[in-house]
Amino acid sequence: MKKIILFFLVFNLSTDFFSQDGAPGVISGNIQAIGQYYQEDTLISAALPEHLYGFNGFANVNFQKGDFRAGIRYESYLNTLEGYPTSFNGTGLGYRYMSWTGDGVGVTIGNFYDQFGSGMIFRAYEERQLGIDNSMDGIRLTYEPKNGIYLKGMIGKQRFSFQDKLINGNGIIRAFDGELNLNELLDSSNSWKLKATLGGSFVSKFNTDNNTTLFNMPKNVGATCLRMNLRYHKIRFSGEYVHKINDPYPDQNENFNYIYKNGEGILLNLGYSTKGFAIDFSAKHMDNMLWRSTNVNVGPTDLLIGYLPALTKQHTYNLAATLYPYATNFYGEIAYQLDVLYKIPKKTVLGGRYGTSIAVNFATAHAPERKFISDMSTSRNSYTTSIFAKSDSVLFQDFNIEIKRKINKKLKLNLNYFNFIFNDDAVKVAGYYKMIYAQIAVLDLTYKINRYHSLRFETQAMWTDNDKGDWLFGQIEYTFSPHWYVAILDQYNSGNSDLNKRIHYGLISGGYINGSHRFSLQYGKQRAGVFCVGGVCRTVPASNGLTFSFTSSF
Amino acid sequence: MNKIFLSLSLSLIISIGYSQLPNINLKDVNGVTKNLSKFSNNGNPIIISFWATWCKPCKAELNTIAEEYDDWTDETGVKLIAVSIDDARSSTRVEPYINAQGWEYLVLLDPNGDLKRAMNVNNVPHTFLVDGNGKIVWDHNNYSPGDEEELYEELVKISK
Repeated sequence: MKKIILFFLVFNLSTDFFSQDGAPGVISGNIQAIGQYYQEDTLISAALPEHLYGFNGFANVNFQKGDFRAGIRYESYLNTLEGYPTSFNGTGLGYRYMSWTGDGVGVTIGNFYDQFGSGMIFRAYEERQLGIDNSMDGIRLTYEPKNGIYLKGMIGKQRFSFQDKLINGNGIIRAFDGELNLNELLDSSNSWKLKATLGGSFVSKFNTDNNTTLFNMPKNVGATCLRMNLRYHKIRFSGEYVHKINDPYPDQNENFNYIYKNGEGILLNLGYSTKGFAIDFSAKHMDNMLWRSTNVNVGPTDLLIGYLPALTKQHTYNLAATLYPYATNFYGEIAYQLDVLYKIPKKTVLGGRYGTSIAVNFATAHAPERKFISDMSTSRNSYTTSIFAKSDSVLFQDFNIEIKRKINKKLKLNLNYFNFIFNDDAVKVAGYYKMIYAQIAVLDLTYKINRYHSLRFETQAMWTDNDKGDWLFGQIEYTFSPHWYVAILDQYNSGNSDLNKRIHYGLISGGYINGSHRFSLQYGKQRAGVFCVGGVCRTVPASNGLTFSFTSSF
Repeated sequence: MNKIFLSLSLSLIISIGYSQLPNINLKDVNGVTKNLSKFSNNGNPIIISFWATWCKPCKAELNTIAEEYDDWTDETGVKLIAVSIDDARSSTRVEPYINAQGWEYLVLLDPNGDLKRAMNVNNVPHTFLVDGNGKIVWDHNNYSPGDEEELYEELVKISK
């Protein structure tokens, strides 16, 4: 506690010195608290933890005065919620920083988050729902020597776990990034129809973690990245290339165990969009891109330096989002994605009075074609690949259509169709370990009764002959703007080949919202499944019980 | 120590309640860097709405406001800034989506949550109403059909 007081005191005093405008500083913050009371449910294999209750709490307090900012995050895991990483325990400070800017220079000391380009080479970020937090702990400098030139340099350790306080990993990361916006740099180019941004990064890690005496492990590993963004009228192109040198990790698969092959990542995007119509194409080549600040075995999302975006649409309808979701395969993949969006104009025969939106999305990911070269006793490259050379092995395929239409002033309709191919032999998420072919249909209706009251009705069905068979889902939600909502939903494994496992997972939830304060209560069963945010997934165990959550900001 | 703590607490209390927009650089969909603390709407109000392409209530809110946006700007001079928190996985969908929907908002990209953290946003949708002096006068962390009416009433109140 004294430390916290001292911390605030230091920056309060120091900012008085630098105060120019005499305006008072600003304190702001937020809190998120989730409590769960568990019940045993042998039917859905929900175990009862001996502590009965779980609680995760996060509170941020930020101070800002002019160009000076400082803040802390207080975290509590008492006990950690079921399904959350078990390396988070206890209560204390998990994040603290100070930063100031002026004359094009910015300084941050303590914890910070940052990202270069798409994040393949470097991304320090927090995804609290998944328990991902690899914030840097060190020093960052940013400098804008001239309009249109952005430079960044940073050094630090990464957050690894939390045991009553922040615990960093052993590895040290040094990272540099430069970006050039040609149109901002050259005044004359403001009139150019071509807009161009170029960027480059270098990231290196130093770590001596080593759990083997068999191999001579590299202690310094570097990666470089080049990227560009171009735009001409309504056409947009972006490209990014990452190259990482030898970076061996232990792996259960002998073909990837301590291999010294260089890693490579390419991300391309080409799009055209205008009012009412857009088409967008993305391609990705990724090979051997696991990139952590330690070379020993850790949890799947621990100490990651880079972020490998999945080229698939993030679905929100329950069955489509949580049964067979896809995350990037860091051994390697060749992936493509195409999106077409069209809004049929209003007051036309097809578009109706208000217009109709159609979105089509198609995504595939294949394993790269690998030629194994049996050099495991010499150079240990293990295999060779060629750029964008894919094998026949489908990892994932997703075709989906969304049609959205406002029928009249009161009624909105949303129809969805999904067709998935999911290779659980390679992805090993569903626990089925074979190919899964599934189709899903969704009907979603919102009826606005009057200004304050509305009703939403959602029904989903999944058809598959694989894994756990067919599923049905239904939800009714009633909202009373701007303060209240209540929802009741049920998931039913209607097609499970084991008749005893045709289980209903019923859930009731309600909430109260007042400005930035939000309370909610939820009671019922949740099935074991995969929970994903931003293409990163975590498996969660089944649970049964009461959940309370509260978020607020000031 | 107690005295210091007391005076410190007092100085903190005094400063609570005064708001200003954070000094953070974000890019718009054209790659142009914008700083929110330097953003001015000539003394007219600003709505800042945090959203993502994967957030259904967020899109419902912004699409509903889009239908009335012309009237709102005519009556109050308001500008809406839609801050997308989509990360690298989905940020390429932002521009196609806003064009296909025909939004006329200023859309900023916050792929690593810098502004989201600075404005203490826990989850999306979270919508702020900022008056002509850069002070946050109203915010709401949810969207249910009808919430836009409350926002509009607040907006009219500060535009008088």
